[in-house]
This record gives sequence, C-alpha cells and structure tokens, in this order.
Amino acid sequence: MEVLLGITGKDFVLVAASKAAMRGPTILKAEDDKTRQLNKHSLMAFSGEAGDTVQFAEYIQANIQLYTMRNDTELGPNAVANFVRGELARSLRSRSPYTVNLLLAGVDGITQKPHLYWIDYLASLAPVPYAAHGYAQYYCLSTLDKHHHPDISLEEGLKLLEMCTDELKRRLPIDYKGVLVKVVTKDGVREVDFDNDKIVKSA
Amino acid sequence: MDKLVAQYSRPAHQNEMYSEQEQHDLTESLPPLSLKFNLPPVDNSRSWLRAMTDDHSNPSCPIKLAHGTTTLAFRFQGGIIVATDSRATAGNWIASQTVKKVIPVSRLSRGEDKANNAPTPGLLGTMAGGAADCQYWLRYLSQQCTLHEIRHKRRITVAAASKILANLTYAYKGYGLSMGTMLAGMTPQEGPALYYIDSDGTRLPGNLFCVGSGQTFAYGVLDANYRYDLTEEEALELGRRSILAAMHRDAYSGGFINLYHVKEEGWVHHGFDDMNPIFWKTKLEKGEFSNVTSEL
Repeated sequence: MEVLLGITGKDFVLVAASKAAMRGPTILKAEDDKTRQLNKHSLMAFSGEAGDTVQFAEYIQANIQLYTMRNDTELGPNAVANFVRGELARSLRSRSPYTVNLLLAGVDGITQKPHLYWIDYLASLAPVPYAAHGYAQYYCLSTLDKHHHPDISLEEGLKLLEMCTDELKRRLPIDYKGVLVKVVTKDGVREVDFDNDKIVKSA
Repeated sequence: MDKLVAQYSRPAHQNEMYSEQEQHDLTESLPPLSLKFNLPPVDNSRSWLRAMTDDHSNPSCPIKLAHGTTTLAFRFQGGIIVATDSRATAGNWIASQTVKKVIPVSRLSRGEDKANNAPTPGLLGTMAGGAADCQYWLRYLSQQCTLHEIRHKRRITVAAASKILANLTYAYKGYGLSMGTMLAGMTPQEGPALYYIDSDGTRLPGNLFCVGSGQTFAYGVLDANYRYDLTEEEALELGRRSILAAMHRDAYSGGFINLYHVKEEGWVHHGFDDMNPIFWKTKLEKGEFSNVTSEL
C-alpha cells in the first residue's frame, strides 16, 4: 500500500511518495522519506521489500557519486536510469535479488528537458510522461491519462498531483499518511509544500 | 334431482372468486428462494465448486468462469447514467467483444423488441462477474418484478427489487454465485435510485458505483469530475470517458461502450460504440493519453 507518483511537465519532474513506513498492520513512522537524491539533477523514489529498498537506493546513490568523483562528470538522467536498471537486472539473477520498485526523475543538464523513468523489481525500464507504482497505478493512471499534458507548468502539475492524492484518499482503504513531494528542475532538487490535511468527501 | 337443486341454489358466482387461501398465496407469498437445482453428488458441494473453478490456486481448473469487466452507474440531477464495456473473458481468452452488459429488468416487455426511441419504463441492471449468473438471476428478478406489478397494480420500487436480488444472493451465499450488479431506476416514490448488489449478499444504496476489474480506472476519472449538478450532456460524456479509461488500462475490459440514461419516464439507450475510434479521437483532438505515441 505504498504510494509512488511521478509527473513530468514543461521543465520539471514532480515526485510524490507516501510518508507512512508500514510493517504488517503497524505504521512505524509517519514522516518517512522514500526518496534519495542521486546527483544534482536526479532523484530516485523507491518502494518494495522492507530493508531492500533503502539498501539498494543508498548503494546506487554511493556508486553514482563515486562515478562523478572518479570521472569528474555528472551522469545525465538516461545514463543514471540505465545504470540503475543494469544493477537491478544483475541482482535479479543473484541468490537474493532486490525486490524494489523505482521511479527515477531527472532533468538533463544540457537539453534541460525533464525525464521520468519507471523501473520495477524485474528491472523493466520505461521512459514515461507520468508514472505510478503499487495500488496508486490502479487509481491514478486513468486520471493522469485524462488530465496530463506534456507542457504543463509546475502549478498545473501540483494541481494534477492533488487530483491523484484526492482519489487515493477517497478510495484507498489504508491511510498512507500523506505524500512527501519533491520537484526536480534545472536548479536541482527541492521539497515542495503540499497540503496533506485536505479532507476529501466521497460522492 | 337433489344434485341439480344444489347446483342451482348456490349463488352463481360463488366459485369465481379466489378462496381466502388462494388470495393469501397470491399476495403474501414471497418469491420462492429454493428453486430446486441439482447439486454435484459430493459431500461438500461448496468446496467441490471452489476446486473446479478457482483459477488462483489452481490455474488448470476445468471450469473457467467469465470474469473481468468494467461497469459504472451514477446518480445526477437529471437521473442516472449507466455505462459498461462489452468484453467477456474466460481466463486470458477474449470470449466476446459484443456482450450486452446492461440488462433491462421489470415490466412485461423489457424493451427488447422496441422500435421507437421513446423511453422504456422499468429498471436497468448491470452485469459483472459470471455472465450466466447475472443473466439468469436478473431475468428471474424481472419475472418477480412483473409479478409484483400484476399483483399490486403498480411498478416495483428499486429498493424492493434490489432487496429481492440481495436476499437471493444471500440465500445462495457460499454456493459459488459470482455477480456484482447495479440496479438503477426511477420511481415516483423514490426519485432516481441506485443500488449495488453482489454475490456476497451486500446491498448498498449510493450515488456512484463502479464494478469489475476495471473499476479503479473508472473511479479515477469519474471521481475527479463528478458533481451531482452535471448536465445531461456532461454526465453522458463523463460516463463514456470513464469507461474508456478502464477499457484502455484494464486488459479484461474493452470492445464497445454501452451507454444508458435512466430518467423519470424510463430508460433511454445512448449507443453501443466501438472504443477504438473514440480513443483516437480523444487522444488526437484533446491531447489526452499522452503516454501513447501516435507517430511511428
């Protein structure tokens, strides 16, 4: 019941991840951050098997940073995505694969175009204009199919995200404790204020 | 001679009335729930059925039930919109693309042989889950509604009709019925009324329901744009668009969009249209579905 959402716009990528860290029937933490910044212009959100998620994300984070230090070049979103996919694919054929689903958001340093990649635990990689993982897929993709356009502004993007979280509040039977929203632009990654206290009424 | 006298000394019309017993039978009797069905000759027919049909635990089960659907109905200022897809699947096999999943219920004529476009009085039921179960029991409900109409000289309320069906599904609970249905109708007593009934025995009145494997996708579009004060045109378009969303994302939904509008005078059919041209029109003219590429 973890929620991951990603939306690209004209010059940004929005990433939202649910704040609840759940273990069985318990919410262990209500302000969990399910994202890691890989370099200045890329952010990875993750969900999946407890333990695997953070281990994998920080392993990727460290290796991306190591590459930048060694070669004095920052990897673009496409390079990062393919590296991540490669690592996940390698792990998939090992004795204990990482069971992790990812959204990778980045803005290309040269073209300044936003990129979003959808990666699942079987190491499928797909570049997409908007994406979701888990149950959010079932509720939000149809909303995004209808309302998303590639050239929307950040305000429109946040409106769209609000439509998605409203629907999740209405229909998901579990309280995911709101979402943590981050945006990737040409200036880097920053957290965005998002009203998680809005009360949504069902029809 | 005595016999002849007896015959003519009795009031002439005495036997033309229903006896007290007959009257009681006609007015008070509930529809029989225990229609006699043959059950498999095994100790526990429930678990036997489950073993033969459950394809989650047993993918090679001999009986594959038709499942997978998207149906929706919602109440608004101008009545009720009912919309469905038209795909029938049995496992991964698409068994049909032209299924009528909206079933007229009640009234001696169910509007099947109607020539003009005037509204047809009566209720509408939707079909999700097992096709045979839905068709059979909605037809049975149709009989009961017609009998109600004859006995009481007025149309049955949606509340009463839905309760007949819910009591029935509850009586058969555990015997492997599979149906998720919505009953929509408008009566002078109730106004527009919408009920959800399923094979667990659940019966819920409400403003808005989506049922079937594509329900979440339909909810996604419907919830975001739903208001009670929608105009008729907006409501029809929203119903159509919500079904399209589900047909696009759910592998077990597709085919044609079947649209109905229930109003005071009865229901009106608003087309049985192929989703494909509607999808491409929506994408190319409105710029929606931006994850689907149209150029090679």
